Amino acid sequence: MDITIKVKRFDPEVADPQPFWQDFTVEIDDKGTVLDALIKIREDNDGAFSLRCSCRSAICGSCAMRINGQAGLACKTQAATAIKDGVITVEPAGNMPVIKDLVVNFDGFWDKVMEIEPYLKPEGEEPEAEYIASNEAMLHLSSVTSCIMCGSCVSACTVMEVDPTFLGPAALAKAYRFTADPRDGDENGVSRSRLEELTKPSGMWDCTRCMECVTACPKGVAPMDRIMALRDQAMEAGFHNTNGARHTEAFSDSLEHSGWLDELRLVPKSVGMTNVSALIGYAPIAIQALTHGKMPPIIHKKIEKAENVKKIFDKVEPPKKRR
Amino acid sequence: MKYAFFPGCVSRGGCPELYPATKLICEKLEIELQEMPAASCTGAGVLQEKNELLGDTLNARTFAMAEALDLPILTICSTCQGVMSQANHRLKNPEYLAKVNGFLAEEGLEYKGKANPKHLLWVLIEDIGLDKLLSLITRPLAGLRMAPFYGCYIVRPTDALEFEDHPERQTALEQIIETIGATVVDFEGKTRCCGFPILTINERNSMAMVSKHTLEAKELGADAMITPCPLCHLNLDSFQPKAAAQAGQPIGMPILHMPQAIGLAMGLSPKEMGLQRHIVNTKPLLTKIGASA
Repeated sequence: MDITIKVKRFDPEVADPQPFWQDFTVEIDDKGTVLDALIKIREDNDGAFSLRCSCRSAICGSCAMRINGQAGLACKTQAATAIKDGVITVEPAGNMPVIKDLVVNFDGFWDKVMEIEPYLKPEGEEPEAEYIASNEAMLHLSSVTSCIMCGSCVSACTVMEVDPTFLGPAALAKAYRFTADPRDGDENGVSRSRLEELTKPSGMWDCTRCMECVTACPKGVAPMDRIMALRDQAMEAGFHNTNGARHTEAFSDSLEHSGWLDELRLVPKSVGMTNVSALIGYAPIAIQALTHGKMPPIIHKKIEKAENVKKIFDKVEPPKKRR
Repeated sequence: MKYAFFPGCVSRGGCPELYPATKLICEKLEIELQEMPAASCTGAGVLQEKNELLGDTLNARTFAMAEALDLPILTICSTCQGVMSQANHRLKNPEYLAKVNGFLAEEGLEYKGKANPKHLLWVLIEDIGLDKLLSLITRPLAGLRMAPFYGCYIVRPTDALEFEDHPERQTALEQIIETIGATVVDFEGKTRCCGFPILTINERNSMAMVSKHTLEAKELGADAMITPCPLCHLNLDSFQPKAAAQAGQPIGMPILHMPQAIGLAMGLSPKEMGLQRHIVNTKPLLTKIGASA
């Protein structure tokens, strides 16, 4: 079948280099992939067309790019299913500087991943024999260890788009691979030092929960779900002194006691009731809400049968576990 | 048609204009809304950070209440929709459902797994029909350029949202914009994050997201953005002046709740739609469609 591919190209070696779009029509097998089509372009149309690829089987993680705006592997995307309005649009991966055509610079990606110490760090007394890890724990980790470091999640990350300092989905999923390993951390498997580090700015609490990385990941790692689990681990381990933890706890508290969200009190509780400068920073917004009739109710009424919601909280999450 | 109405927290809190606007257009569409005064918040994905089972149990409780009324659930918030859809997706597992029902037994509730929560956006297309909506349009928003802004939870993850069975959901907002007579401004930001979830955690990043999307829509000539998510509305409208200050340039992009845009096209007044409650001035927009406050 003949397919038309619209490729975003970039040549750094010309005077005043600018990205530009170029259309190619190539013939590939009916069941061919987007990568097959791109390789065909390089072989038949333009030998200088640059892209990374190797295994063609979604194992090596070399060919991550944006196909019709969505990050993913070109070798795992069937061309026939990717045609939109007669064309497949291909761009280099996002959130990384372009070197040439579809080749991007992964230095920033590796810097972040390497911030996570890539070995188990047991604390406390050494066991007499080997460290024991349950089958369930290892099975749980197998989905995270499937990461092939392709960068699709980083390409799709909405936070990295506005803040390159964010640790990002790949590195945080990698961190979870260790914090969720029962052999890492203290005798209860709590990785306190890692969690403490990860609660700092640019860490776990900066994720905006947009699920772009979950959709982009070709291996089912679901980085955002790992980041949510990291947050739970951090709160469980006693790291409450962040706006993120305070926000989650205040939210949960409001729900437990009234059945719904008390928006008015959520903001001060999140930034900290004693954080005067931050609270003053919100004053203009509060005044603006008041003058426009947008202020949430001052008296926060409970929903009907709120006591039943409280009972569910007590049953599902026994109070001793809560702060 | 009659629905069990799940308005969510924000339409009765930080975006109080959404609730009455929804009621008014539903009246015209002959959609009967029955409140569920004992239904709780969905957890909004925040409670789920701490305890997913707890969140799923609370949502199953709401689903069971709607089942008892024998009514489908109608939501008006992308976040509520997404969180409910995700919970419902997990509750398809019979063992998990049985476990969750165990927690509901004391209240005399049981979720049988039949709920199908739907955002008004989907209800309009799938249950009511765009023809019916079109028949009620008396003041088409002709000449108005509108940029859709979905909100993350109504576009991801696609399996829980059943996009495969309902491919029309991918372009639902564009279809509404066209039906009410406006022109769609397609833009990259339409399925991205508004930044609201990190507002109190990393305000700088949150504001950078607001300015990025609103400025992109502005550059493409949009007169307004339209959203089915009140949380997106809060960030994109209420915090737009702050985002503009951070970006160092004026933005002035009006953000309409989807029901407000529909209401205006049905001839309802800007006041009835609660536009006076908006932070970003909507007057230029209203002048363009010949609607006076």
